[in-house]
Amino acid sequence: MEKLNGLRCRECGRRYPGAPVHVCEFCFGPLEVDYRYDALKGVVTRESIAAGPPSMWRYKDLLPVDGDVAVGHHVGFTPLIRAQNLADELGCREVWIKNDSVCHPSWSFKDRVVAVAVTKAREFGFDTVACASTGNLANSVAAHAAEGRLKSFIFIPADLEQGKILATLVYNPTLVAVHGTYDEVNRLCSEIADKYRWAFVNVNLRPYYSEGSKTYGFEIVEQLGWRTPAHIIVPCAGGSLITKIWKAIKELKALGLIDGPTATKMYAAQAQGCGPIVTMIKNDTDVLVPVRPSTIAKSLAIGNPADGYYAYKTTKETGGYGEHATDEEIIDGMLLLARTEGIFTETAGGVTVAATRKLIETGVIPRHESIVICITGNGLKTPDALYGRLDAHVKIKPSLSAFDQALADLKSQTA
Amino acid sequence: MGTTTRLRLRLTFPTHLVQEPIVYRLVKDFDIVINIRRADVKADHGWMALELDGEPGALERGVKWLKEKGVQVDPIERDVISP
Repeated sequence: MEKLNGLRCRECGRRYPGAPVHVCEFCFGPLEVDYRYDALKGVVTRESIAAGPPSMWRYKDLLPVDGDVAVGHHVGFTPLIRAQNLADELGCREVWIKNDSVCHPSWSFKDRVVAVAVTKAREFGFDTVACASTGNLANSVAAHAAEGRLKSFIFIPADLEQGKILATLVYNPTLVAVHGTYDEVNRLCSEIADKYRWAFVNVNLRPYYSEGSKTYGFEIVEQLGWRTPAHIIVPCAGGSLITKIWKAIKELKALGLIDGPTATKMYAAQAQGCGPIVTMIKNDTDVLVPVRPSTIAKSLAIGNPADGYYAYKTTKETGGYGEHATDEEIIDGMLLLARTEGIFTETAGGVTVAATRKLIETGVIPRHESIVICITGNGLKTPDALYGRLDAHVKIKPSLSAFDQALADLKSQTA
Repeated sequence: MGTTTRLRLRLTFPTHLVQEPIVYRLVKDFDIVINIRRADVKADHGWMALELDGEPGALERGVKWLKEKGVQVDPIERDVISP
């Protein structure tokens, strides 16, 4: 089945053959994978998907991969949980958590995009993959490169804390710490990507890499029994994920795989200290004003998001909206999810839960409609966000009477 | 002109610079050849995706001057560093 037409510029529509390129040579717009949906209709069915593996690769026909899957065979198909305790707390009828905090192997949704990018890198014949990252992306690229027996270069700002690089170093990549300001490191990495022509997953492989995010949306629909929820709240950093979840829903609809109407509204969640996309939405403008990030939500800290305009357009097109969360609200959101559903998410998940709560409390999201909250990363990787904020120890001497007394004290405190 | 280098950059102009001839000065004062590929300039804000050709030293000085003026200078991909 010939399913791909190659690449296409999202701005001017110019077409390119399938190659490791990401920018239109004419207008400098971003390139996107162009599918032959006519060839896919009737071939990709609910049955063909269900016959696939219990991973994101059950949607392989809707991903830009031609040959065999090279790495990340077990990525995705994460739990979609009916979160009734959280729903009760929020005063809502139907709340679901799409839980990529347990995505194999590196505990974030980045495994989806990296599995596609590294598989594509193999198809293009690269022997080296690379990325510049301060967190989840670095973990995932290093892990998948190790699995695929590829060389990997991971670039980080030199002042990054040691704790953040251990979960990358363990996979034995070549880690390059670059001294300089964030802007200098960022520009250098762009120039390295341009010069060395490695498989830089989020640069020259970006059109393929970003398609992996669609599987998050495919899974939501399939796990809901081939229906779409009324509302999906998505954390936004570069802005790609929200556009790809919406693209996934549109693709399934176009292929005739969704029952009923698809009136899903898409919402962007960002931190108050780094929320340029939500600011666009609230000001109802397509002008993105870059910001200097200042937030505990490090995994969403992108001040000039490349897909910010498209994320804004997605919320407009679907009739959704956006909401900011302060650092305090982010922590409260993390703790709320943990104590109601037993899920420890990273700060980005706290942003999403907090934004959802505000959207409900302000009446933007009706309480009686179905809501999916996107949880995209695991709290165990960055527990420092909670240091000093939790202290509920009961300290006793090693005697039964000491415990009896402590228990009595606790009961009297909660009475 | 000796060896030239080519850069693809995205410039974002804050409100207070929209009325200044920034790009003209970049070309004139630093001897840089520019080719604007895409842009959106409004009354209070603007951005430009452009290609710059020039001697490496001139390009670096030009970029430094842009930053000092308050222009945000990013590679065409914008954030290459991902969380």
